[in-house]
Amino acid sequence: MALAELVQYVATGLLVGGVYALMSIGLALIFGVMRVVNFAQGDFMMLGMYLTYFYAMSGIDPLLGAILTIPPFFVLGWLVHRGLLARVTGGGDPQRQMDAQLILTLGLSLVITNATTMILTPTPRGIRTAYATQAFALGPVLLNQARSYAFAMALVLAAAVYVFLTRTDAGRALRAAADDPEAASYQGIDVRAMHGLAFGVGIALVAAAGGLLATYYPIEPSVAGNFIVLMFVAVVLGGLGSIPGAFVGGLVIGLVQSLTLLVLPFQLQNTGVFIVFLLVLYLRPQGLFGRRARTV
Amino acid sequence: MASRTRGWVAIAAVVAAGVVLTLVVQERYHHRVLTLVFLWAAMGLAWNIISGYAGQISFGHQVFFGIGAYVTVLLVVKTGLTPWIGMGLAVAVAVLAAVLIGLPTFRLGGIYFGLATLAYPLIFRIVMDWLGYQEVAIPMIRERPGWFMQFTEPRSFDLLALGVLAATLVLSRLIETSRLGYRLRAVKENEQAAEAMGVDAFRAKMAAYVLSAVPAAVVGAVYIHAILFIVTPDAVFGLLVISQTLVVALVGGIGTLWGPLIGAAVMVPVSEVLDSTVGDRLPGIQGVVYGAALMLIMIYAPEGLYWRVHQLIRSRAARGAAASRPAIVAAGGDAAVASAPTGGVLLEVRDVCKAFIGLQALSDVGFDVREREILGVIGPNGAGKTTLFNVLNGFLVPDRGEVHLRGERVTGLRPSALCRRGLGRTFQVVRTFPRLSVLENVMVGAFVHARAVGRARAVAVTALAQVGLEDRADDVPGGLTTLELRLMELARCLATAPRLVLLDEPLAGLSSDGVDVMIAMIRRVRGSGVTVVIIEHTMQALLRLADRLIVLDQGRRLAEGAPGEVTRNPAVIEAYLGKRWLARMGRPAC
Repeated sequence: MALAELVQYVATGLLVGGVYALMSIGLALIFGVMRVVNFAQGDFMMLGMYLTYFYAMSGIDPLLGAILTIPPFFVLGWLVHRGLLARVTGGGDPQRQMDAQLILTLGLSLVITNATTMILTPTPRGIRTAYATQAFALGPVLLNQARSYAFAMALVLAAAVYVFLTRTDAGRALRAAADDPEAASYQGIDVRAMHGLAFGVGIALVAAAGGLLATYYPIEPSVAGNFIVLMFVAVVLGGLGSIPGAFVGGLVIGLVQSLTLLVLPFQLQNTGVFIVFLLVLYLRPQGLFGRRARTV
Repeated sequence: MASRTRGWVAIAAVVAAGVVLTLVVQERYHHRVLTLVFLWAAMGLAWNIISGYAGQISFGHQVFFGIGAYVTVLLVVKTGLTPWIGMGLAVAVAVLAAVLIGLPTFRLGGIYFGLATLAYPLIFRIVMDWLGYQEVAIPMIRERPGWFMQFTEPRSFDLLALGVLAATLVLSRLIETSRLGYRLRAVKENEQAAEAMGVDAFRAKMAAYVLSAVPAAVVGAVYIHAILFIVTPDAVFGLLVISQTLVVALVGGIGTLWGPLIGAAVMVPVSEVLDSTVGDRLPGIQGVVYGAALMLIMIYAPEGLYWRVHQLIRSRAARGAAASRPAIVAAGGDAAVASAPTGGVLLEVRDVCKAFIGLQALSDVGFDVREREILGVIGPNGAGKTTLFNVLNGFLVPDRGEVHLRGERVTGLRPSALCRRGLGRTFQVVRTFPRLSVLENVMVGAFVHARAVGRARAVAVTALAQVGLEDRADDVPGGLTTLELRLMELARCLATAPRLVLLDEPLAGLSSDGVDVMIAMIRRVRGSGVTVVIIEHTMQALLRLADRLIVLDQGRRLAEGAPGEVTRNPAVIEAYLGKRWLARMGRPAC
C-alpha cells in the first residue's frame, strides 16, 4: 500500500475524530461530575444539527451557527438537569441512582428521537456550503474543507473547555465537585448547581459538535443512534469521566473507523470500533487514561 | 408454606385468564394486541432474570431475541426445517452466545457491564447486514401451515404466546424460590457480602444470564412468526426491542415475576391503541410514549408499579402492629471459659505482604491460629487489621506469602471458596442484604451447605435462635438496632457452619450492655467448637475475651502472646500511647 494512501486515511480519521472528541468531552464532563451516563447525548447532538440547519436556512454560516447553538443548549441542559435528573435520587443508593438516571436518559432519548421524527419528518436534510465539496491539497493528501474547518473549531472549543476547567473559579469548583462531592460541599461549593452547570456545558458542547458535523453529514432524527455508541466508546477508551481521555478517545475512534476501511468493507466500518471497545473494557476497564482504580 | 402454593395458584390463574381472554376476544386486531402482551411480558420476564433478580442491568438483551428470530427463520429458508425444531436450535445458539458473552463481560462490574452489553447487538446488526441478511422473509408454506407455525387462526398465536409466557412465569417462579434465586438477590444487594457468605457471584450471574437467554430466544422466534414475518437486523437487534423490554419490566417493577406481567398488560395496549389511532399521522408516537413512560416511572416510582402497590398494602397492614420488643440481654453471664483448651493449628499465615499504591499495608505478617481459641488482633488505626482479614478471606490476594487452612494452601482462592471450606467473616460496617428479611439474610449463609430452601430455612431459624433474634426474622435489616444488626451478621456467618470466624470489630458502636451481650455470644460461639479471630481497637474488651493477642502496627506484627504479657510490652505501649507515656510509666506512680 502506498504511504500516501495510509497518510490519507490517517488524516481523514483524525479530522473526523476531532468532532468525535468534542462530543465525547461533553459526555465525559457529565459523567465525571455527575456520575450520569447520558444516553440522550446523541439526541442533543441531533438537535444541535437541526438548530444549525435552521440557522443556515436563515443565512448564518453553519460554522458560526454551531457556536450559536451553545447558549440555548446550555440553558436546555440546565433545565433538563433541574427538571428531570435532579429528581432521581435512587433513595441514597449510588448504584441505584446511577441505574435510574441512565434509564431516565434512555427514556429522554426515545422521546427526543421520536418526537423529532413526528415534528420534522424522518427525511434527511443537508446543509449546502461552498466548502463541503472542496478540499485542501497537502501534496498528494486531500483534506476536505468542511471537515478541516470542523476539526479546527472542535480543537478551539476543546481548548476553551480546558481553560475553563483549569483557569476559572467555576471550573475549579466543578472539578472539586467531581472529585469529592462531599468535601466540595464542605468548602461551600453548591454541588447541585455544579451538576446543573456540568450538564448544561456537556449538552452545549455536544450540540456544537453536532453543528460542526452538520456541515458534512446528513441531518436526520435517527442520527443519534449512530453516534451515541461512538461517544460511549471514546469515553470508556479514555477512562470514564476523564476529559483529556475522552478527547484522545474521540481521535482514536476516528482513526480506528478510518483505518478499518483499509482491511474491512465499508459496512463493517464500526466493527473495528466495537472490537476496540470490548478489548479496552476487558483489558483495561479504567480506560487508557483512567487513574482511579476500583477499590475493594 | 401457604404463600408458596399461593404463588403457583396465582400463575395458574393468570394463565387461565389468558385462555379466557383468547377465547372471548373476537377481532383480529385485538388478538394481535393480546399476542403482543403475552410476548412482551415473557421478554420482560427474561430480562428480569438477569437484570431484576441478579441486578446486572443489560442493555443488550435483544441479542438473544434476535438470535432466536434469525436462527429459526434462516433454518426454514435454507433447510426447510420446521420452526418448532428450529426454535430449539436457536435456543442452543442463544445459550452458547450467553456463555461466550458472559464469560468476559461479567468480569466487569456496575456501569461497565451495562455499557459493554450495548455493543453486542450492534455487532450482530452490522454482521447480519454484511452477510446480506438485511431482509429475510418467512417463505409462505401452504400445506401443513401449523407445522411451520403459520397459523391462519389468530387464536393459535395467542395460545402459543401464552404458552411461552406461562413457561417463562414458571421458570421465573422456580428461580425465585430456589437457592439460585436467593443467591442472585444477595449478589444484587451486596456482592461482597454474598461472596463472603459462600456465593460464587460469577457463577450465579452466569447461570442467571444463560437462563434469561432461553426465553428471550423463544420469544424472538415466535414474535417473527406471529407479528413481523420478515426479519431485519434493525427490527430484532435494534434499540426499540430493548426499549420495549425495559419499559415493560421497569414500569411493572423488577425483581418479581409480576412486574413485567403488569408492565406488559398496561403498556402494550396503550401503545398499540395509540399506534393504530394516530400512528399514521404521528409516526414515532410509540417511541414517545415508551420514552415518557420510562422517564415518569424513574421520577415518580422508580421501583415500579408492583412494588409501589405492594408497599402501600404492607404499610397499611403494618400500622398498629408495631409492638415493643423485649431487649436482648446477655444470657449465661460473663463467667466461665476463661481459657478453654486449644487444639492444633487451624490457620497458618506465613510472611504475608500486601501493598497498595505507595502504602505497605502488610509486611511479612505471620502467625498461627489454633483450634478453638479466641485470637485477638489489635492495633491502632491504619495498622492493617482489616487488610489482613481481606487477605485471609480472599477479598485481596497477597503480594507475597501464603495462607494455609487446615493444611491446605488457600492463598488466592475466592471468598466464596474459602467460605465453603469453613471460613466465615463479619464486617467492620455491617453488610446486610437490605431488601431481604433478616431470616433470608441468614438463609443466604445457610445455602452454603443446604441445597433445599426448606433445609436452609431451618438452619437459618436455628442460627437466629442461637443469637436471640428469632423475633426479628421477618423484619428487614433497616429496622434493626446496631446490636441486632451485628447479631444478624453473626447468625448469617454461623449459618455457613464455619470452623473459623473472622470478626471485624464486632463491638464497634455498641453500648456497654451491647458489648456484654456480644462478648457472651462470642464466647458461646467458641464454646460450640468454632475458632474465633477478632479485630478490635479497644484493648479492654479484648482483654476480657481473647486467649491470645497479636498486635499490628503499620503493617507489621509488633507482638504476640497472652493478653497480660502483650499489654506490658513496651513496644505495644509506645505504639498505642506514644513515647511520652512510655517514659511516664517508667516512673513510679505518685
